[in-house]
Amino acid sequence: MGSKSSSLNKIPNAQELMQETGFSAAHILRLYERFEFLDVDQMGELRPEDFGAIRELSMNPIGDRIISAFFSPGKETVDFASFVRILAHFRSTETNRTRDGAQPEPANSRTRKLKFAFQLYDQDRDGKISREELLQVLRTMMEMQVTEEQLQSIAERAIQEADLDQDDAISFDEFRKSMEKVDIDHKMSIRFLS
Amino acid sequence: MAALWTLSLLLSACLFWPACLALNPPAELPQPHNLPPSLGANSSDGGLSVDLPMPLRVFSVDYNHVQAPFEIVLWIMLASLAKLGFHWSGRVPAVVPESCLLIMVGLLVGGVIYGVRHSAPPTLSADAFFLFLLPPIVLDAGYFLPGKLFFENLGTILWYAVLGTLWNVLGIGLSLYGVCLLAPSSLGDISLLHCLLFGSLIAAVDPVAVLSVFQEMHVNDQLHILVFGESLLNDAVTVVLYKLFESFLRLPSVSGLDVLLGGCRVLVVGLGGLFVGLFFGLVAALTSRFTSRAQVIAPLFVFLYSYLSYLTSEMLHLSGIMAIVTCAVTMKQYVEANVSERSKTSIQYFLKMWSSVSETLIFVFLGVSTIQDVHMWSWPFVCSTLLLCLIWRATGVLLLTAVVNKLRRNTVTFRDQFIIAYGGLRGAICFSLVFLIDDFPKKRLFITTTIVVILFTVFVQGMTIKPLVELLDVKRKKRALPTVSEEIHSRLIDHLLAGIEDVVGYWGQHYWKDKFEQFNKKYLRRFLIREDHQAPSSILRVYQELERRDQRGDEEAPPLVDPRSHSRPLLPEEMDSIRRILSRNLQNFNNKQTPAYSRHTLHQDATMDRTRKPLHRHQSLGERYTFNTQGEDGEFSGSRRGRAGLSRSHTVCSMSPRPVLQDSSVLAAPSQSRGLVDPKSSAVRKEQISSQHQAPDGRAPKKQLSFVLESEKQQ
Repeated sequence: MGSKSSSLNKIPNAQELMQETGFSAAHILRLYERFEFLDVDQMGELRPEDFGAIRELSMNPIGDRIISAFFSPGKETVDFASFVRILAHFRSTETNRTRDGAQPEPANSRTRKLKFAFQLYDQDRDGKISREELLQVLRTMMEMQVTEEQLQSIAERAIQEADLDQDDAISFDEFRKSMEKVDIDHKMSIRFLS
Repeated sequence: MAALWTLSLLLSACLFWPACLALNPPAELPQPHNLPPSLGANSSDGGLSVDLPMPLRVFSVDYNHVQAPFEIVLWIMLASLAKLGFHWSGRVPAVVPESCLLIMVGLLVGGVIYGVRHSAPPTLSADAFFLFLLPPIVLDAGYFLPGKLFFENLGTILWYAVLGTLWNVLGIGLSLYGVCLLAPSSLGDISLLHCLLFGSLIAAVDPVAVLSVFQEMHVNDQLHILVFGESLLNDAVTVVLYKLFESFLRLPSVSGLDVLLGGCRVLVVGLGGLFVGLFFGLVAALTSRFTSRAQVIAPLFVFLYSYLSYLTSEMLHLSGIMAIVTCAVTMKQYVEANVSERSKTSIQYFLKMWSSVSETLIFVFLGVSTIQDVHMWSWPFVCSTLLLCLIWRATGVLLLTAVVNKLRRNTVTFRDQFIIAYGGLRGAICFSLVFLIDDFPKKRLFITTTIVVILFTVFVQGMTIKPLVELLDVKRKKRALPTVSEEIHSRLIDHLLAGIEDVVGYWGQHYWKDKFEQFNKKYLRRFLIREDHQAPSSILRVYQELERRDQRGDEEAPPLVDPRSHSRPLLPEEMDSIRRILSRNLQNFNNKQTPAYSRHTLHQDATMDRTRKPLHRHQSLGERYTFNTQGEDGEFSGSRRGRAGLSRSHTVCSMSPRPVLQDSSVLAAPSQSRGLVDPKSSAVRKEQISSQHQAPDGRAPKKQLSFVLESEKQQ
């Protein structure tokens, strides 16, 4: 175990990160190795191209949205701390029980997870999923042989179901309400990260 | 119409030829030795008196000389013509799976031969089956195995294969023994070991039968790989248990130590087969490295080494199926990198051809072998076997899935479980194994029961699985359905999680995969692949880089036709069609981009095309890039299923690549290129989409450009 703590030292702010995100030392270390693996020119920061080098991610229909979710608006690189903070969203909530209520809401709470998913749609960050944004995502997720009209009617139906205040867009609360029957914790957790 | 008549004439000719030949006396009359030697072959005229001078034979028939290969060829011809005939007949293959039809042809032929000869027609000998007919099928399956999907689901597959088979074997064996105890009068002399032996051979799911039925069904890739992988891997367990119980039968008594040794044997057999396959696969890859001067025989090495691995492991009593599958999986990437394009195509075509012929022959012979005079019938035994097979399989699948779902992210749904349980078809492996049992009084009963079970599973289960699944889909719809938004958002989350897993390098899978890839790149590829073929990796990177940049640069959503402020409620038919569209198109969220395995067609390999085609078409000088990958899949495969290849053609066209990631652009490519994949409605769709694209200025010419290119390609 001695080696682990000494190698944790090369990670800046390891202890704070562990506190903030709830990751264990082993996980932080593992994520750091992965970070370094992705960071091919060893700059200590990741750029979009580094994410793009992950082959499966580039084949993912929403791959580029996921990549852009790692980058705060305006920034073009992501450092290790931000990397870990984003990934903290995907921890399972089962291990949160030891936290007391005084701390701020952990990153992997249900609301935060849903917010992350919401922001994949809402690229212009106006707090609402407009019809166009929904259509964009639908188009990438649908495989072939779906006509434009069918897409329109699907998007239509989705908005109809969720839109409670009739503003033709889905706000975050409406989004959350429409997902209340889904077990987000199970769906949005990477098991080994907990 | 004329074609159909010709085919049926040929078919009936082939049908009756063996029957007529069977009328010939099997042994030729001995030639009188003091005949003056004549120049022609004289055998069928034997019986003439010695004194007549023999004229020179101008024309004579010597059937015995060519009998063996002639009959083999005729059988193969019969089987192939039957197969041709089915595909011509249009509607029938949709209802009745091909395997059923082939068995019926076999039954017909067997009946004819029996009627003519009044003795049993030739049966499928176990040796012929295991040594000649089974390897091509398994090789073909292993070669075209979707490797990624297989390894990702490997845990589940092993779980089903090993534990599921054990569960089935023990369950069926023990309950059959119970049945035998309950009817001591007729079944009293079947011992426990016999029942277990029978259970071990009847419980095995057969890859041949499963594949042939799943061809016609719309199953998602994950389910396909689960059932198929299970049927491949349970060979180790089945064969070992079979041999174990057989050797127990020969022993005077069975001790606990023997059972323990048997358990170790399973491991040895499975892993041993694996290593044999690995060894031969690597040697084959190495050999293919040196075939550049003699390209014509390169495909031969693939077949020789695979077959050698099979024979070697059979010699060592290891699992031949595992060996040949491992061999194929191992050597595939290196061989395909080393050999020429034509050799690659030859390999693929020959594999498909041989496996097709093998499969057809197996089913025809199954039918023929059913007509025998060695049947022994026993109602309780047969019926209880059938029932027990179904029951144990169903409970096994339910239990195992309940456990494994907790560990998987994409759960195996109830529909999938039903298909897995009901799709557990038995086939020729059981048949051959039952013939190999040492003779004992009730052996004929076992044979009859096996045949009945096989016919039942292939016919009844094979024919009804499709309608039942559709019924299940319908029934599932009637219960509380997820709303459309739930489905869409859930799928988005699934994609998201898959992406995050890729980013993190998911421990259990991608971690090892990354490690293997590094090892592969550093050592294996350098050793096993010819030097001049290793360069493309850097070109690949450049291409991928360019494509990514283009995709980000290419802008996004077309404006709506008419944004509706308040919308009318949708009719139920529209809802249904929406659900159907969603369920079909959103299903493959792990988007592996490899087409599902198909016996009858040859899909272009997705990743290879992606690298090769653009490298051919990249003529432009920085202004315009047009990459059309996998566009031909839809036309090439000619598969009846609409999902041909699950490929997404990217037609990317941009004036100036923009590397910045800030725009909210989306891969608009699929929407444009959808017109390419579906040639029928493409004309209509093109108009729709192009009319919608008028508004964004500056981009209109770009999009028109892409459609011009698409239409060029279609012509």
